[in-house]
Amino acid sequence: MDFSLIFDNWELFLTGLGNTVWLVSLALIIGGILAVPLALSQAYNVPYFGKLSLWYSYALRGTPLLVQVYIIYYGLGQFESVRNSVFWVLLKDPYFCALLGFSLNSAAYASEILRGAIVNLPKGLIETAYACGMTRWKVIRRIALPIACRRSIFAYSNEVIFMLHGSVIASTITIVDLLGAGRRLNSQYYVTFEGFITVAFLYMAIVAVISLAFRQIEKRYALT
Amino acid sequence: METMLEFLPLVLSGVTLTISLALTSVVVAIVCGLIGAAMKLSSVGILRILGGTYTTVVRGIPDLVLMLLVFFGGQILINSIGDKTGLWTYVEVSPFWAGSLSIGFIFGAYMTETFRGAFLAVPNGQIEAAKAVGLAPRRYLLRVVWPQMVPHALPNFTNNWLVLMKTTALVSIIGLQDVVYNANQAGRTSQEPLTFLVLTFFIFLGLTLLSDIGLRKIGRVYAIREN
Repeated sequence: MDFSLIFDNWELFLTGLGNTVWLVSLALIIGGILAVPLALSQAYNVPYFGKLSLWYSYALRGTPLLVQVYIIYYGLGQFESVRNSVFWVLLKDPYFCALLGFSLNSAAYASEILRGAIVNLPKGLIETAYACGMTRWKVIRRIALPIACRRSIFAYSNEVIFMLHGSVIASTITIVDLLGAGRRLNSQYYVTFEGFITVAFLYMAIVAVISLAFRQIEKRYALT
Repeated sequence: METMLEFLPLVLSGVTLTISLALTSVVVAIVCGLIGAAMKLSSVGILRILGGTYTTVVRGIPDLVLMLLVFFGGQILINSIGDKTGLWTYVEVSPFWAGSLSIGFIFGAYMTETFRGAFLAVPNGQIEAAKAVGLAPRRYLLRVVWPQMVPHALPNFTNNWLVLMKTTALVSIIGLQDVVYNANQAGRTSQEPLTFLVLTFFIFLGLTLLSDIGLRKIGRVYAIREN
């Protein structure tokens, strides 16, 4: 095995690393924001919208991310009207499609975690808040959501790692993410192991960083 | 609608491959998981370290990366070992086995945690009592520990199975003609990619729903009745 190839091509891996990191981070942020209304509507049984978001979450958690990304990237172009619309600039861009797919998927998982945390909040806590004369919105904003978020940190750390692992799918729609960099190196130099082993170690390193970061976050914010 | 009917057999043959791949992988995963759990619970230090390395390494690497390594690297590795030792000449790893072995190996790491947790959930007194009445290890593991492990392991097992089934979609990338690969093919030929990808989406959703309901039924059978 010739690992000097990797040092000669460190820029390729840096690009890949950068793309993976920003795709995953942005997807997690967008997904996290979307998850709040999804989880609230489910937890509070909002008419129609609650059921709808329940199904949304189940469907996106029950199907492969690969298929979801393919639908967005390869599927939507089937219609002339889509290809002629203003959205086509975005939808023909693999980065946008990957980001959209990852965000929608992450929203489904995050909403399930948050919904569980809201539903399982201690009854007394919420009743006390109402007894203090808070309105429903105020209870949600000041009591239910912050505490539910802090109680779901542990489960969410797993979701972050899953999102990182899932993000390798970006490499199948022409994006040079970390795995894409490894695949490119392998095909450029006709090697088998070097690129994949390098990215395997880099992914493990990212997972280690995420785990360490979450341990700190848990120490400071997590509630049980 | 007509194009859909035309390509339906192709897509359905993909479904069979997906299901048989998932079932083969889950068997491999259960075997790997039981071995892994035994290693992690063992009193031999080196086995515990090996088991721990297995679970941390596998859970740190994305499944597709491992799959590509096994698929492209495994073949070369096996043949170079054969060359050096002279035990075998040329072995061709079929994509099906590369896929199911790597998926099984990956999910074995998750199963390890599931089985280990379930084993630890069985009260120690049960094992001590079984030993006290003179049951041999093989006997009490099978008759006392295993039936009590199953209800503890089932929720996690269900979860692992659902994730495993979705992971099989990745084998389309290494050229296995599973449902995703065939649907893509059908979509390209008919120039209706969305139709077939959405069909695939619902096929997977159906498989998830079915397993969800089925495994929940099994869970009810095995549930520990509190007296």
